[in-house]
Amino acid sequence: MQAGENNRLPDPGPAAYPSGQASGQGLTVVPLRHPWRWVGAAVIAYVLLLIADLLITNPRWQWPTVWEYLFSGPVLMGVLATITLTILAEVVGISFGILLAIMRLSPNPLLSWSSAMFTWTFRGIPPLVMILFIYFFSALVPVLSIGIPFGPSLEVVRTNTVITQTFAAVIGLGLAQAAYVAEIVRSGILSVSQGQTSAALALGMTPLKTMRHVVFPQAMRVIVPPLGNEVISMVKATSLVSVIAYMELLTTVQVIYARTFEQIPMLMVAVIWYGVLTTVLTLVQSWIEKRLNKSAKNSPGVRR
Amino acid sequence: MSGHVASGVPMVRAEGVVKRFGAQEVLKGIDLVVAPGEVVCLIGPSGSGKSTLLRCINHLEHIDGGALSVDGELVGYRQQGRFLYELKPAEVCRRRREIGMVFQHFELFPHLTALENIMMAPQIVLGRKVQDVRDEATALLDRVGLRERAGFYPSQLSGGQQQRVAIARALAMKPKLMLFDEPTSALDPELVGEVLNVMRDLAAGGMTMVVVTHEMGFARDVADRVVFMDQGRMVEEGPPNEIFARPKTERARSFLDRLVG
Ligand SMILES: Nc1ncnc2c1ncn2[C@@H]1O[C@H](COP(=O)(O)OP(=O)(O)O)[C@@H](O)[C@H]1O
Ligand SMILES: [Mg+2]
Repeated sequence: MQAGENNRLPDPGPAAYPSGQASGQGLTVVPLRHPWRWVGAAVIAYVLLLIADLLITNPRWQWPTVWEYLFSGPVLMGVLATITLTILAEVVGISFGILLAIMRLSPNPLLSWSSAMFTWTFRGIPPLVMILFIYFFSALVPVLSIGIPFGPSLEVVRTNTVITQTFAAVIGLGLAQAAYVAEIVRSGILSVSQGQTSAALALGMTPLKTMRHVVFPQAMRVIVPPLGNEVISMVKATSLVSVIAYMELLTTVQVIYARTFEQIPMLMVAVIWYGVLTTVLTLVQSWIEKRLNKSAKNSPGVRR
Repeated sequence: MSGHVASGVPMVRAEGVVKRFGAQEVLKGIDLVVAPGEVVCLIGPSGSGKSTLLRCINHLEHIDGGALSVDGELVGYRQQGRFLYELKPAEVCRRRREIGMVFQHFELFPHLTALENIMMAPQIVLGRKVQDVRDEATALLDRVGLRERAGFYPSQLSGGQQQRVAIARALAMKPKLMLFDEPTSALDPELVGEVLNVMRDLAAGGMTMVVVTHEMGFARDVADRVVFMDQGRMVEEGPPNEIFARPKTERARSFLDRLVG
């Protein structure tokens, strides 16, 4: 009751009307009409009906097959592998990205130059090519040796015992993302004012502690939204590793339809699972953003 | 504190300090000695290099010429015989611990409460126990009159309260020298007094202070010496009454006239 009243616009009262008429006394309020919204709604409804028709009446979707495989053992294993791969690649991508960002902002020209070169290189290579390249690295360098360049080697291993499918998948996806994460983190760090750094240093904190305890916590608000998008893209990007036959979700359904020739329903199984994963991550992302925004009232810009 | 007085080592000693930003010479040979327990106020027009001088004293900027030492130790260098060795970053950080600094825009950490702001450096820099640090921080908040605001975030405090927390935060490291860079310039006029009172108490307690300020009343009451800077040079220095009443140079006179008028 109380709340409802607060939501209503306050009655301006008789004084608001110069002629002495009060609102509601013989006057009718006509709300603004939005005729084009109805047209838009009709168009959308028509398109939705077409899609529904396509999904339901076309028997070649083979919905029973979709349901049969959706929760089958191999598919669930594939989903699990996709999740694991996303997490591992993300660990590599984010930690390497943070490292690159800090290197890029370092006063040491050697560090900032290496970081810029890395970013330039990995932005220029399609992730798919990178995964293949790492996987077939053994063709280029058959044995890995640790030792003195041009001199004797101390330890020799065959390259393809080190570069497994998992290694190529995780490193390929992770490094491809690190370059983007680096740029996101860098802009987050730059969003924190120089004065904050001065204050932390003046208290005797080392540059590293300043970064960790003062700059990063404040940069998070700028970093999280785009980083969330990167994580969500990673879920989908993991499907690239089917080119090296890594058994994640897409490879799993491909293996199944290679046997049963039920391509469309099996791809539908993959689509549903990718949709579930990205939806869950989207919810997590908006929850984190809401929490960060709650503490945003503590930003230095808001002073009373 | 009294140990320093006895030893006769100045708290700050600047000899011909030069600082450049690119081609611009911001400090053009500064000679300044601050004795332990002394309060020195720096005044001068904007851009004259006052902030830069404070930042040099606190090792936040490298100097390009001359010599600068704090409590007998060279800033940024270690002397051994005829050689000056540039300090490693970790050593520079160690020397900064003993110098407190207060900024025009407070620079409290917005993600921490007032109490946490004060506790942070002793915990993280000195690695001290949380309980001891908390007790000391609470006592410091009490000293600046903000005991009840311990759990407030900076955005929930007025400018004057924020600046008092910032002073307490600097004091938590038990500095032997405090640098203030226009600590009241960003405040509404009615909030200036509460910050100056904290600084008065600090001076009365024997703290060595270098204060960039244009609060003439404060300078007159508290400062042992006022230094007037202009265009990277120290133009005039002397007791506050002399400088304010009978400035010797034309530049100081016109600056003070503008400040009052
Ligand atoms: N980090 C910097 N890079 C380049 N120029 C600077 C920097 N800091 C200060 N300056 C310049 O040095 C001069 C003195 O600045 P500052 O010490 O802040 O003066 P004040 O505090 O007396 O107003 C100004 O001209 C300013 O533009
Ligand atoms: Mg200044």
